[in-house]
Amino acid sequence: MKLDSQNLADLAVGAAFLGTGGGGDPYIGRQMVQLCLNEGLTAELVDPDDLADDAFVIPTAMMGAPTVLVEKIPSGEEAILSLRRLEKRFGRSATHTMPIEIGGINSTIPLLVGARLGLPIVDADGMGRAFPQLEMETFGVYGISGSPMAVSNEWGDCALIEARDNGTMEWLSRGVAIRMGGAAYIAEYAMSGAEVKRTAVPRTLSLAIQVGRVLRMAKAEHRNPFDALLGFLPETLYSYGRIIYAGKVADMQRETRNGFSMGRARIDGFAPWTGAMEIEIQNENLIARIDGRVAAIVPDLICIMDSETAEPITTEGLRYGQRVTVVAVSVPALMRTPEALAVFGPSCFGLSEPYTRIEELST
Amino acid sequence: MRIGIDVGGTNTDAVILDGDQVVGGCKSPTTEDVSSGIASALTTVMAQTGVPASAIQAVMIGTTHFTNAVVERRRLLQVAAIRIGLPATKGVLPMTDWPSDLADTLGRHSFMLRGGHEFDGREIAPLDEKGLVEVAREVRARGLRSASVTSVFSPVTAVMELRAAEILRNEVPGISLSLSHEIGRVGFLERENAAIMNACLADLSRKVVDSFRSALRQKGITAPFFISQNDGTLMTPEHVERYPVLTFASGPTNSMRGAARLAGIGDAMVVDIGGTTSDVGMLMQGFPRESAVAVDIGGVRTNFRMPDVLAIGLGGGSIVRDDGARIGPDSVGYEITSKALVFGGDTLTTTDIVVAAGLEDIGDRSRVAQVPASTIEAAIKEMHRKVDEAVDRMKTSADALPVILVGGGSILISRDLPSASRVIRPENAGVANAIGAAIAQVGGEVDRIYAMEGRSRDQVLGEAKAEASAAAIAAGAHPGSVQIMDIEEVPLAYLPGSATRIRVKAVGDLRMMQKEAAE
Repeated sequence: MKLDSQNLADLAVGAAFLGTGGGGDPYIGRQMVQLCLNEGLTAELVDPDDLADDAFVIPTAMMGAPTVLVEKIPSGEEAILSLRRLEKRFGRSATHTMPIEIGGINSTIPLLVGARLGLPIVDADGMGRAFPQLEMETFGVYGISGSPMAVSNEWGDCALIEARDNGTMEWLSRGVAIRMGGAAYIAEYAMSGAEVKRTAVPRTLSLAIQVGRVLRMAKAEHRNPFDALLGFLPETLYSYGRIIYAGKVADMQRETRNGFSMGRARIDGFAPWTGAMEIEIQNENLIARIDGRVAAIVPDLICIMDSETAEPITTEGLRYGQRVTVVAVSVPALMRTPEALAVFGPSCFGLSEPYTRIEELST
Repeated sequence: MRIGIDVGGTNTDAVILDGDQVVGGCKSPTTEDVSSGIASALTTVMAQTGVPASAIQAVMIGTTHFTNAVVERRRLLQVAAIRIGLPATKGVLPMTDWPSDLADTLGRHSFMLRGGHEFDGREIAPLDEKGLVEVAREVRARGLRSASVTSVFSPVTAVMELRAAEILRNEVPGISLSLSHEIGRVGFLERENAAIMNACLADLSRKVVDSFRSALRQKGITAPFFISQNDGTLMTPEHVERYPVLTFASGPTNSMRGAARLAGIGDAMVVDIGGTTSDVGMLMQGFPRESAVAVDIGGVRTNFRMPDVLAIGLGGGSIVRDDGARIGPDSVGYEITSKALVFGGDTLTTTDIVVAAGLEDIGDRSRVAQVPASTIEAAIKEMHRKVDEAVDRMKTSADALPVILVGGGSILISRDLPSASRVIRPENAGVANAIGAAIAQVGGEVDRIYAMEGRSRDQVLGEAKAEASAAAIAAGAHPGSVQIMDIEEVPLAYLPGSATRIRVKAVGDLRMMQKEAAE
């Protein structure tokens, strides 16, 4: 599938939705890919099932604080440099690139790299959403090493990281990213086609495009976009979703700590919702509590959307006074296994509450 | 008593309010010099009501002049768009996502230089002063008189923009400068866009504010005057001269707040039909629904907080073509009084159509007698279709809502609209904008770096809120009416003691109005 401008617009919306507040506004990534299309380059998606087992896939991405990205626009060459560095390290040319994360801008960086280098992009990713740390990948959960990893900045400085495990890779690269200004561009989790089929969350790029399209069509036809979205999800691997709260953003705290955007949003409910919802954020929305009781918890998706327009609202776009509706969605089964929860379950974010599937929580 | 004035592309409206009461209002054509149009509106409304200049305590002016200039790509200066941030930022060039005709009008003079800061205040690169001197030389050679300067992370530290300004002023005497940190917040492309648009208005803003001054002086009004900005609060004239871009979308805010006041209902769609364009928006509990995402102005992405409105090219001066099948988007604008058929001109406009249809009696009716009935019907249908479609697009559900028609061009819509539960045409609908301007609030703002160490966040925020409220009261707000409108925190990781930049905006009603209301 060759992407067109409309696909990019829909992807930006769907990726913001799957980003659950994090991952950064895909707008900037979209502009960079659009520039490629304007130049006659193509961004072509490949279904993971159509990958040869011996394909050599090098995923590419941005790492760092989204609040930095919206201000310090990349040069556009950083991620390409990282991919080239890994090719050199492996002594082998990549046949494809792939997202490591479908939420936010990282859905678009591989499109930029793929279009610039003429590499097809695998329609899959390793997070199935957005997560704040690089070891939080189904790739790693199911045995793929993130290292060697390349981290580059706009100057062409490049760090090659060979770490003993994926957690250490994250720790070391985070320090490099902070030195590079809080945002850097990476290539990591190089793997074969067979490994993609075994470890990746499949067809998430096309899913994000479809989510964007469903919301766009519903609005154009004056159907309730929330109904349309919740009606569409059962057709996907993200099969269960519901509205867990609606109200007004009454308070928004944020700080940048260790290179992450940390925060806490309080939403005062509108009838029939009572009390107040508090959402804890580490780049993404991690947990939603209503008067202290858990209403949804990571890795299930917690999406804050504009109540009127159903636009997904990113963490940095959240503002006092906004009218919002909070939607929670189940993630695919391969993200809910004990092995997966050991890497990106609630305890990995310092939350004391156990993981409970959204299907089993009441609101 | 106070006067509300709305300077639109076609008409200049003036109202006199005594507390909540509309004492009188009138419409007068906008003139090329702006000033004589205001003076003539003032003359009419003061004569009509018998209110002397000495009884006027304040004048509030709303203007779409600057927005229209951008939308119509007229009276704009070419701009040197200077960006400081290389080698970062070149992935998305200045004016990338702009409509190409607007970028063409501004001349596409982009200059990118090394410099900018990281989030923590370190330099990405030292400012390329030598390169800037060369840019300045080029700016002079190209005869550019206005420049925008946008440096990465300038809201955190503005030193490079300020240094660049110093160099540019030295090298290009008399150049107008729009520094992005004075206009917008974090969000590079949106702030750069706003700075570039501000720069292209540099000449026009001085001219327009001057004409406001001279019109009031001419009428002997010595009361202070204010100009409304996009969030519905008032700015001093000096502020507007430097930051005209901040008036963008004040028109829709004023007309929607005015419409809510006139119709006495809070939940409705508002269609404000002016001379050149119609703005369609949604009222929720008396306030315009704000856009949660980046807003396009003249097709350019910005991050101003403003009402979510859709502007379409339909107004009282829109040109009618193809036997009524095509209307606008261009308009004869303020020249309607010479160009429309009913005023002796030779251009068929929407106003001529409603006169020809016998719906209104404006100008010389005999001059439209020869317009074919089929053209009249086709044009009326097309005007209704355009408005109905816009209302339908801006509604957030399929439920029919009342539609409040305001603005001088509201005479164009005489029939029901399929998308509306009912169509409301309130009294004084023609001057809703001016009423909205007159009831605009005053704001107080705090924008400062606070040390959070040893204090709770609530304590610090409480302090900032109290200070913003005090500033609003000092600016003239009635203490009982002050509310916190906006809170923004930007943590500054590079300063010790977890310093945070906090911006709080408080708004309230002008004290004088409260006094009047009590009287």
